[in-house]
Amino acid sequence: MDHGKKRLMDKNQETLFVRLIPFFERYGILLLILIMIAVLHLLQPDVFLSWRNVTNIFKQVSWQSMLALGVFMVIVTAGIDLSVGSIIMLSLMGLAIASKAGMPWYIVMLIAPAIGFLCGMFNGIGITLLRMPHPFIMTLGTLYIFRGIGNLISGGVPITGFAEQIRVIGNGKIKLDVFFGEGAREYIPTSLILMIVIFFIFWIFLNHTRIGKWIYAIGGNPGAARAAGINVDRILIIVYTLCGFLAGIGGLILAGRTNSAYPNAGLQSELDAIAAVIIGGASFFGGRGTVLGVFAGVMIMGILRNGLNLMNVSVFWQQVLIGSIIILAVYIDVLRRQLATRT
Amino acid sequence: MSDQLVLEAKSVSKYFGTITALQNVDLHLNKGEVLGVVGDNGAGKSTLMKVLSGLYKPSEGSLFFDKEKVTLNSPRDSQNLGLEMVYQDLALAGNLPIGDNIFLGREPTRKVGPFNFLDHKKRKILTEEHLAKLKINVKSADQKVEELSGGQRQAVAIARATAFNAKIVLMDEPTAALAVKEVGKVLDLILNLKKLGVSVIVISHRMDDIFTVCDRVMALFQGTNFAQSELKNTSRDEVIGWIMGKKD
Repeated sequence: MDHGKKRLMDKNQETLFVRLIPFFERYGILLLILIMIAVLHLLQPDVFLSWRNVTNIFKQVSWQSMLALGVFMVIVTAGIDLSVGSIIMLSLMGLAIASKAGMPWYIVMLIAPAIGFLCGMFNGIGITLLRMPHPFIMTLGTLYIFRGIGNLISGGVPITGFAEQIRVIGNGKIKLDVFFGEGAREYIPTSLILMIVIFFIFWIFLNHTRIGKWIYAIGGNPGAARAAGINVDRILIIVYTLCGFLAGIGGLILAGRTNSAYPNAGLQSELDAIAAVIIGGASFFGGRGTVLGVFAGVMIMGILRNGLNLMNVSVFWQQVLIGSIIILAVYIDVLRRQLATRT
Repeated sequence: MSDQLVLEAKSVSKYFGTITALQNVDLHLNKGEVLGVVGDNGAGKSTLMKVLSGLYKPSEGSLFFDKEKVTLNSPRDSQNLGLEMVYQDLALAGNLPIGDNIFLGREPTRKVGPFNFLDHKKRKILTEEHLAKLKINVKSADQKVEELSGGQRQAVAIARATAFNAKIVLMDEPTAALAVKEVGKVLDLILNLKKLGVSVIVISHRMDDIFTVCDRVMALFQGTNFAQSELKNTSRDEVIGWIMGKKD
């Protein structure tokens, strides 16, 4: 009774602004995307929403979204993975060398995800078994190590030209002749389908399996997870391994898209991935965030870059804008936490 | 009282590097008995509880459940033997709802083909039934733990410990963080568990708690057994003396 009364009073004392925060937290990001699309459509009515440009955005974000999804899971555990940009480069180089060596295409295609898997596992084992004080340090180390190895095995030069079957994932087109008539130029990129399928699988994994629940629990309170009999180290190794595996898939997509493995592949893309995750509403302190939010975060980065490019806005301004959005997104997270801990 | 031994620790020692947290500590617990464990800060109470629950491995000594020697590799092992722990820091994940916390690590699942998926509906029903049984009032089983008061969190922690028909429940300072009117509820709950034949070990600084619910009290001092007695054969002053390392 008393408690109910007190709550009622609190409610009345809340300003309109404070009460709107949970609403924006949940739907604000979708609103932001819609506003961005509307503004860009008004500014570039002929180009922005054209089939060609929209597929272009999806092709661009498809490989970046793999990094963001992996980094997202890591961030949910209150960890960080700085090495995904280097993993994508190393897996791409491994694929290129296997391709050049004349291995059959189906083996070559497995190489990139396999290298990503092993790199991720290496991170996970280092963080747990070697008792590194923070994942930042382990993955900062492997950021250098993986890119260094990639340059060692390739001699630091680009390797170009892959078999058509290998390029299908990143460059394949699903023709839409059925809808648009014979010989139509409209198509759906294979990489978009792959991205949607993988995001759906990981949505199921994080929301409807025990390991997914435990990943959130570890981010919320690792002590509670341990006390509940959860093998925290094992779950962390799984998370970092999956993160590396997804980066490897990103390498496979990138191989198809660029038809080339090059030393600067994925350079600084780990930062883009972290930015997308944070913009997508995940908490850097762990335990919070959704797969849909990551998708939204990736799309915001992709649409922003694309739109600004269309309008010939300099890359420097793009950097300023993206940075501002990150800070704004995290500030909203700070406000949210203040509200949650208020009693 | 029944002298059916459910839990026994024999000359347990625990070292952390050069620090000796426990030295040859013995403990025994009978069925349906409430044992109070007292001692000053750093006397080793919490360490002993963590050894009993399998969170720490003892450096030396052995544990017996139902008179059988066991080795605990994780809290999961002790849970399987029917021992549950309510931690002082409550060991709840604030970002998860009440139901998720109660079933953390033992989530009900349903099989779809070769895969096991979480059974959200079953968890919700079981949570609501269990909270109702313990007369714990919350707005919803889906409420996040971080939104609850201290007393409600303690209630969730106890609900978590008793959700799987535990035979032994360990409670570390169960009333320390509670408002006065919430203390009584927790003590009632402990006496209820005793009636159901559950054995309880309570760590507490509060003599009121000890003398309300316990059958027997033992004192640790600087990581060793210092004294123990049936409750009826001792007094508050004597127990307070034990905590400070004084014995007549």
